[in-house]
Amino acid sequence: MSKQDFVNIQNLSEDTLLYLIRMAQEFEKHPNRELLKGKVVATLFYEPSTRTRLSFETAANRLGARVIGFTDAKVSSVSKGETLKDTILMVSNYADVIAMRHYIEGAAQYASEVAPIPIINAGDGAHQHPSQCLLDLYTIHQTQGTLNNLNIYLVGDLKYGRTVHSLIMAMRHFNPTFHFIAPKELAMPTEYKLYCKSHNIKYVEHTAFNSKEIADADILYMTRVQKERFSDLMEYERVKNVYRLTNDMLADAKPNMKVLHPLPRVNEIAYEVDDNPHAYYIQQAKNGLYAREAIFCYCLGITLDDVLNDKTIIE
Amino acid sequence: MSKKELLVSAIENGTVIDHIPTEKTFQVVNLLHLQDMDTPVTIGYNFKSGLMDRKGIIKISDKFFTDDEINRLSVVAPNIVLNTIRNYEVVEKKRVETPDELRGIIKCNNPKCITNNEPMETIFNVIDKEQGIVKCHYCDKEQKIDEVELI
Repeated sequence: MSKQDFVNIQNLSEDTLLYLIRMAQEFEKHPNRELLKGKVVATLFYEPSTRTRLSFETAANRLGARVIGFTDAKVSSVSKGETLKDTILMVSNYADVIAMRHYIEGAAQYASEVAPIPIINAGDGAHQHPSQCLLDLYTIHQTQGTLNNLNIYLVGDLKYGRTVHSLIMAMRHFNPTFHFIAPKELAMPTEYKLYCKSHNIKYVEHTAFNSKEIADADILYMTRVQKERFSDLMEYERVKNVYRLTNDMLADAKPNMKVLHPLPRVNEIAYEVDDNPHAYYIQQAKNGLYAREAIFCYCLGITLDDVLNDKTIIE
Repeated sequence: MSKKELLVSAIENGTVIDHIPTEKTFQVVNLLHLQDMDTPVTIGYNFKSGLMDRKGIIKISDKFFTDDEINRLSVVAPNIVLNTIRNYEVVEKKRVETPDELRGIIKCNNPKCITNNEPMETIFNVIDKEQGIVKCHYCDKEQKIDEVELI
């Protein structure tokens, strides 16, 4: 049997995405199990990302696996000049699966080609972050009851935001209508608009962000406008608050509409919104645990049937 | 034989690579590793051409190229013609065809790509042969084939 990696989102079929969501639903019901008892999970973080690492390690721990790894390349042999390949092969001797975060793009793909054990991409630079994408899909499904025919509004940094790019590619199976709301400096890159066209994904571009513009939304996906992306700080000061969500902007929202954000947020969602029934970004982050439990099982050959017939649930 | 004809002597058996854009002549030499050959090789450039302004031409005795080797040339010059010579006669004319995949031939333009940070082979998928657009297998960055560097 060929090994099962989880490296990018665009190669996953509709069936696989729905299968993973179905599996994550079971983990939401019963997150604590011993399905991975006796397994060793390695988390190799070449750059710090506390939130993602804790989520992966919690998922492994709650399924009974043990965890090894490093949290920063400075403390590993990378600082001695070891290649990625050597590190991956060395860790493959010890662990059953590797979840890796790297600042270099394509690192996880390459690791998956050299490693004899499954590789999970926990983010590779500006390229991909597929476990974030799966938890976004899971959250959309959880809040809307379906992934089909939704109006999804993407707001903020659409140029550099890898989460919004991944979301477009993952949603291509489900007939979405996207709305892109961004300042022109951070507009959706042409290559993703071409991707939409070639995959028959409908999209509308806006620059205004107000209650009227977003009244049709099922999902309002906010992202952080990152200061470091701007060469002109005057420009940043001008746009940073244009795309700020406040309670009064949600007055005309549909009852089912939910506000998502990959977090961390800075000032793009006012704190007053946290108590609004449309706010869902904190629950969204919690779903990362269930999504990552599903990813570990998927990579380690544990099927949905195994999960459904699991006798190791810890109540 | 007149002196005019002697400028590039004929070969008995081997390959004549013609219609090379003159400034790309040495890139073709590099791509085919002609500097490492031990049979006679004639390299000429700045020749007048009817089809193009100036062209390069390379004659290699007793060497015949595989399709894979030939297709590597598509990166520098898609219109090159290779003539296979046997007993002073052209027995076959081959045009370069852009392959679907380029392995270990060109560098990725993305400095943050793994291929520029690890000793490894590059892989590109050719996604638009007419426009000459390739996509890095690792970082997914799309780039124009005439804007990439050879390895």
